[in-house]
Amino acid sequence: MVEWTEQERSIITNIFANLDYEDVGSKALSRCLIVYPWTQRYFASFGNLYNADAIKTNPNIAAHGTKVLHGLDRAVKNMDNIKATYAELSVLHSEKLHVDPDNFKLLADCLTIVIAAKMGSAFSPDVQATFQKFLAVVVSALGRQYH
Amino acid sequence: MTSLSAKDKDAVKAFWAKISSKATDIGADALGRMLVVYPQTKTYFAHWKDLSPGSAPVKKHGQTVMGGVADAVSKIDNLTAGLLNLSELHAFTLRVDPANFKILSHNILVVLATMFPNDFTPEVHVAMDKFLAALALALSEKYR
Repeated sequence: MVEWTEQERSIITNIFANLDYEDVGSKALSRCLIVYPWTQRYFASFGNLYNADAIKTNPNIAAHGTKVLHGLDRAVKNMDNIKATYAELSVLHSEKLHVDPDNFKLLADCLTIVIAAKMGSAFSPDVQATFQKFLAVVVSALGRQYH
Repeated sequence: MTSLSAKDKDAVKAFWAKISSKATDIGADALGRMLVVYPQTKTYFAHWKDLSPGSAPVKKHGQTVMGGVADAVSKIDNLTAGLLNLSELHAFTLRVDPANFKILSHNILVVLATMFPNDFTPEVHVAMDKFLAALALALSEKYR
Protein backbone atom coordinates (compact mmCIF):
# COMPACT_ATOMS: atom_id res chain seq x y z
CA MET A 1 0.00 0.00 0.00
CA VAL A 2 1.30 3.45 -0.85
CA GLU A 3 1.44 5.76 2.17
CA TRP A 4 0.62 9.44 1.72
CA THR A 5 1.25 12.16 4.29
CA GLU A 6 -1.27 14.96 4.73
CA GLN A 7 1.20 17.32 3.12
CA GLU A 8 1.57 15.09 0.07
CA ARG A 9 -2.20 14.79 -0.34
CA SER A 10 -2.70 18.53 -0.21
CA ILE A 11 0.17 19.16 -2.66
CA ILE A 12 -1.45 16.85 -5.20
CA THR A 13 -5.00 18.16 -4.75
CA ASN A 14 -3.74 21.75 -5.00
CA ILE A 15 -1.89 21.11 -8.24
CA PHE A 16 -4.97 19.55 -9.82
CA ALA A 17 -7.40 22.11 -8.39
CA ASN A 18 -5.52 24.92 -10.15
CA LEU A 19 -4.93 23.06 -13.39
CA ASP A 20 -5.85 24.32 -16.85
CA TYR A 21 -6.49 20.86 -18.27
CA GLU A 22 -6.63 21.91 -21.89
CA ASP A 23 -3.44 23.92 -21.73
CA VAL A 24 -1.37 21.48 -19.67
CA GLY A 25 -2.78 18.33 -21.26
CA SER A 26 -2.10 19.43 -24.83
CA LYS A 27 1.35 20.76 -23.94
CA ALA A 28 2.37 17.59 -22.12
CA LEU A 29 1.29 15.23 -24.89
CA SER A 30 2.73 17.33 -27.72
CA ARG A 31 6.01 17.71 -25.81
CA CYS A 32 6.14 13.92 -25.40
CA LEU A 33 5.67 13.39 -29.15
CA ILE A 34 8.40 15.92 -29.93
CA VAL A 35 10.98 14.94 -27.30
CA TYR A 36 10.39 11.17 -27.71
CA PRO A 37 9.33 10.89 -31.35
CA TRP A 38 8.89 7.12 -31.27
CA THR A 39 5.78 7.69 -29.16
CA GLN A 40 4.13 8.98 -32.33
CA ARG A 41 3.61 5.35 -33.26
CA TYR A 42 0.36 5.35 -31.28
CA PHE A 43 -1.05 8.35 -33.10
CA ALA A 44 -0.79 7.40 -36.77
CA SER A 45 -4.46 8.24 -37.32
CA PHE A 46 -4.26 11.67 -35.72
CA GLY A 47 -3.23 13.60 -38.82
CA ASN A 48 -0.18 15.78 -39.43
CA LEU A 49 2.68 15.03 -37.02
CA TYR A 50 5.48 15.81 -39.44
CA ASN A 51 7.26 18.45 -37.40
CA ALA A 52 7.14 20.14 -34.03
CA ASP A 53 4.88 22.97 -35.19
CA ALA A 54 2.41 20.53 -36.75
CA ILE A 55 2.32 18.53 -33.53
CA LYS A 56 1.87 21.62 -31.38
CA THR A 57 -1.10 22.85 -33.45
CA ASN A 58 -2.73 19.47 -34.08
CA PRO A 59 -6.25 19.65 -32.59
CA ASN A 60 -6.53 15.86 -32.22
CA ILE A 61 -3.39 15.78 -30.10
CA ALA A 62 -4.64 18.71 -28.02
CA ALA A 63 -7.98 17.01 -27.38
CA HIS A 64 -6.30 13.74 -26.52
CA GLY A 65 -3.87 15.40 -24.13
CA THR A 66 -6.81 16.94 -22.29
CA LYS A 67 -8.51 13.54 -22.12
CA VAL A 68 -5.41 11.84 -20.74
CA LEU A 69 -4.95 14.53 -18.09
CA HIS A 70 -8.56 14.18 -16.96
CA GLY A 71 -7.81 10.48 -16.66
CA LEU A 72 -5.57 11.40 -13.73
CA ASP A 73 -8.55 12.85 -11.82
CA ARG A 74 -9.63 9.45 -10.62
CA ALA A 75 -6.20 8.81 -9.17
CA VAL A 76 -6.33 12.15 -7.34
CA LYS A 77 -9.74 11.22 -5.90
CA ASN A 78 -8.61 7.69 -4.94
CA MET A 79 -5.02 8.18 -3.85
CA ASP A 80 -5.21 5.28 -1.42
CA ASN A 81 -6.29 2.84 -4.09
CA ILE A 82 -4.77 3.86 -7.39
CA LYS A 83 -3.89 0.30 -8.35
CA ALA A 84 -7.50 -0.90 -8.19
CA THR A 85 -8.84 2.34 -9.66
CA TYR A 86 -6.74 1.88 -12.81
CA ALA A 87 -7.09 -1.89 -13.25
CA GLU A 88 -9.51 -1.51 -16.17
CA LEU A 89 -7.49 1.30 -17.77
CA SER A 90 -4.40 -0.88 -17.51
CA VAL A 91 -6.15 -3.71 -19.34
CA LEU A 92 -7.29 -1.22 -21.99
CA HIS A 93 -3.76 0.09 -22.56
CA SER A 94 -2.43 -3.44 -22.79
CA GLU A 95 -5.08 -5.34 -24.71
CA LYS A 96 -6.65 -2.70 -26.90
CA LEU A 97 -4.17 0.17 -27.25
CA HIS A 98 -1.00 -1.98 -27.08
CA VAL A 99 1.03 0.80 -25.50
CA ASP A 100 4.54 -0.13 -24.35
CA PRO A 101 4.36 0.62 -20.61
CA ASP A 102 7.83 2.21 -20.72
CA ASN A 103 6.13 5.04 -22.58
CA PHE A 104 4.02 5.94 -19.52
CA LYS A 105 7.15 7.21 -17.79
CA LEU A 106 8.04 9.35 -20.81
CA LEU A 107 4.67 11.11 -20.72
CA ALA A 108 4.94 11.46 -16.94
CA ASP A 109 8.32 13.18 -17.33
CA CYS A 110 6.91 15.60 -19.91
CA LEU A 111 3.96 16.36 -17.64
CA THR A 112 6.43 17.08 -14.84
CA ILE A 113 8.33 19.51 -17.09
CA VAL A 114 5.12 21.32 -18.13
CA ILE A 115 3.90 21.64 -14.54
CA ALA A 116 7.38 22.84 -13.50
CA ALA A 117 7.30 25.52 -16.21
CA LYS A 118 3.85 26.66 -15.02
CA MET A 119 4.69 26.76 -11.33
CA GLY A 120 8.22 28.15 -11.56
CA SER A 121 9.84 28.49 -8.17
CA ALA A 122 6.64 27.19 -6.53
CA PHE A 123 7.67 23.81 -7.95
CA SER A 124 9.98 23.30 -5.00
CA PRO A 125 12.02 20.12 -4.44
CA ASP A 126 9.33 18.83 -2.04
CA VAL A 127 6.53 19.52 -4.52
CA GLN A 128 8.57 17.85 -7.26
CA ALA A 129 9.19 14.81 -5.06
CA THR A 130 5.48 14.48 -4.25
CA PHE A 131 4.34 14.98 -7.84
CA GLN A 132 6.86 12.45 -9.15
CA LYS A 133 5.83 9.97 -6.44
CA PHE A 134 2.19 10.37 -7.49
CA LEU A 135 3.01 9.88 -11.18
CA ALA A 136 5.20 6.87 -10.37
CA VAL A 137 2.24 5.21 -8.61
CA VAL A 138 -0.02 6.00 -11.58
CA VAL A 139 2.55 4.63 -14.04
CA SER A 140 2.96 1.46 -12.00
CA ALA A 141 -0.81 0.95 -11.78
CA LEU A 142 -1.23 1.42 -15.53
CA GLY A 143 1.37 -1.23 -16.21
CA ARG A 144 0.06 -3.66 -13.61
CA GLN A 145 -2.36 -5.68 -15.76
CA TYR A 146 0.01 -6.29 -18.65
CA HIS A 147 0.86 -9.90 -19.22
CA MET B 1 21.65 6.70 -28.38
CA THR B 2 21.87 8.89 -31.48
CA SER B 3 24.68 11.36 -31.99
CA LEU B 4 23.95 15.07 -32.06
CA SER B 5 22.89 16.59 -35.37
CA ALA B 6 24.04 20.04 -36.46
CA LYS B 7 20.55 21.29 -35.56
CA ASP B 8 20.84 19.83 -32.05
CA LYS B 9 24.24 21.43 -31.50
CA ASP B 10 23.00 24.83 -32.70
CA ALA B 11 19.98 24.61 -30.43
CA VAL B 12 22.14 23.69 -27.43
CA LYS B 13 24.66 26.46 -28.08
CA ALA B 14 21.94 29.07 -28.62
CA PHE B 15 20.06 28.08 -25.47
CA TRP B 16 23.29 27.87 -23.46
CA ALA B 17 24.16 31.43 -24.49
CA LYS B 18 20.84 32.55 -22.99
CA ILE B 19 21.22 30.70 -19.70
CA SER B 20 24.97 30.52 -19.00
CA SER B 21 24.93 33.53 -16.68
CA LYS B 22 22.61 31.53 -14.40
CA ALA B 23 24.73 28.38 -14.52
CA THR B 24 25.61 28.42 -10.81
CA ASP B 25 21.97 28.82 -9.78
CA ILE B 26 20.90 26.09 -12.17
CA GLY B 27 23.53 23.69 -10.83
CA ALA B 28 22.74 24.39 -7.19
CA ASP B 29 18.99 24.02 -7.74
CA ALA B 30 19.33 20.82 -9.78
CA LEU B 31 21.67 19.21 -7.28
CA GLY B 32 19.51 20.24 -4.32
CA ARG B 33 16.43 18.85 -5.99
CA MET B 34 18.15 15.59 -6.85
CA LEU B 35 19.15 15.00 -3.24
CA VAL B 36 15.53 15.52 -2.11
CA VAL B 37 13.66 13.77 -4.91
CA TYR B 38 16.10 10.84 -5.30
CA PRO B 39 17.38 10.28 -1.76
CA GLN B 40 19.58 7.37 -2.86
CA THR B 41 21.90 9.96 -4.45
CA LYS B 42 22.76 11.24 -0.99
CA THR B 43 25.00 8.20 -0.57
CA TYR B 44 27.67 9.98 -2.59
CA PHE B 45 27.75 12.96 -0.25
CA ALA B 46 27.86 11.38 3.18
CA HIS B 47 30.92 13.54 3.90
CA TRP B 48 28.93 16.79 3.64
CA LYS B 49 27.57 18.45 6.75
CA ASP B 50 24.49 19.88 5.08
CA LEU B 51 22.67 18.29 2.14
CA SER B 52 19.65 20.58 2.08
CA PRO B 53 18.77 22.69 -0.97
CA GLY B 54 20.54 26.03 -0.82
CA SER B 55 23.24 24.87 1.58
CA ALA B 56 26.85 25.91 1.01
CA PRO B 57 28.23 22.52 -0.09
CA VAL B 58 25.29 22.01 -2.46
CA LYS B 59 25.77 25.45 -4.02
CA LYS B 60 29.50 24.99 -4.41
CA HIS B 61 29.18 21.56 -5.93
CA GLY B 62 26.35 22.65 -8.22
CA GLN B 63 28.72 25.28 -9.57
CA THR B 64 31.43 22.66 -10.14
CA VAL B 65 29.03 20.39 -12.01
CA MET B 66 27.69 23.17 -14.23
CA GLY B 67 31.27 24.19 -14.97
CA GLY B 68 31.64 20.72 -16.42
CA VAL B 69 28.46 21.17 -18.47
CA ALA B 70 29.72 24.51 -19.80
CA ASP B 71 32.97 22.85 -20.76
CA ALA B 72 31.00 20.13 -22.57
CA VAL B 73 29.09 22.76 -24.56
CA SER B 74 32.39 24.18 -25.81
CA LYS B 75 33.52 20.66 -26.76
CA ILE B 76 30.22 19.60 -28.22
CA ASP B 77 31.81 18.48 -31.48
CA ASN B 78 33.78 15.75 -29.73
CA LEU B 79 32.50 15.03 -26.27
CA THR B 80 34.34 11.73 -25.87
CA ALA B 81 37.74 13.30 -26.44
CA GLY B 82 36.89 16.53 -24.66
CA LEU B 83 35.63 14.87 -21.48
CA LEU B 84 38.37 12.24 -21.20
CA ASN B 85 39.81 13.54 -17.94
CA LEU B 86 36.39 13.96 -16.38
CA SER B 87 35.50 10.44 -17.42
CA GLU B 88 38.61 9.07 -15.74
CA LEU B 89 37.78 11.04 -12.60
CA HIS B 90 34.24 9.65 -12.44
CA ALA B 91 35.34 6.12 -13.34
CA PHE B 92 38.34 5.63 -11.10
CA THR B 93 38.05 8.13 -8.28
CA LEU B 94 34.41 9.07 -7.80
CA ARG B 95 32.95 5.81 -9.09
CA VAL B 96 29.49 7.30 -9.51
CA ASP B 97 27.07 4.71 -10.85
CA PRO B 98 26.25 5.96 -14.37
CA ALA B 99 22.52 5.53 -13.71
CA ASN B 100 22.81 8.67 -11.65
CA PHE B 101 23.82 10.76 -14.67
CA LYS B 102 20.31 10.27 -16.01
CA ILE B 103 18.85 11.31 -12.69
CA LEU B 104 20.86 14.53 -12.52
CA SER B 105 20.09 15.28 -16.18
CA HIS B 106 16.37 15.01 -15.44
CA ASN B 107 16.69 17.46 -12.59
CA ILE B 108 18.66 19.90 -14.72
CA LEU B 109 15.82 19.79 -17.27
CA VAL B 110 13.22 20.42 -14.52
CA VAL B 111 15.19 23.45 -13.31
CA LEU B 112 15.48 24.79 -16.87
CA ALA B 113 11.69 24.48 -17.16
CA THR B 114 11.08 26.37 -13.92
CA MET B 115 13.63 29.11 -14.68
CA PHE B 116 13.07 29.56 -18.42
CA PRO B 117 9.45 28.50 -19.06
CA ASN B 118 9.18 30.40 -22.35
CA ASP B 119 12.59 29.50 -23.77
CA PHE B 120 12.52 25.84 -22.77
CA THR B 121 10.33 24.87 -25.71
CA PRO B 122 9.84 21.22 -26.74
CA GLU B 123 12.47 21.73 -29.47
CA VAL B 124 15.02 23.04 -26.97
CA HIS B 125 14.02 20.30 -24.54
CA VAL B 126 14.78 17.49 -26.99
CA ALA B 127 18.14 19.03 -27.97
CA MET B 128 19.16 19.47 -24.32
CA ASP B 129 17.97 15.98 -23.42
CA LYS B 130 20.05 14.50 -26.24
CA PHE B 131 23.06 16.64 -25.28
CA LEU B 132 22.94 15.64 -21.61
CA ALA B 133 22.59 11.99 -22.64
CA ALA B 134 25.62 12.31 -24.93
CA LEU B 135 27.50 14.01 -22.10
CA ALA B 136 26.63 11.17 -19.74
CA LEU B 137 27.77 8.65 -22.31
CA ALA B 138 31.13 10.44 -22.70
CA LEU B 139 31.48 10.48 -18.91
CA SER B 140 30.89 6.72 -18.81
CA GLU B 141 33.55 5.98 -21.44
CA LYS B 142 36.33 5.01 -19.06
CA TYR B 143 34.25 2.93 -16.65
CA ARG B 144 35.01 -0.44 -18.17
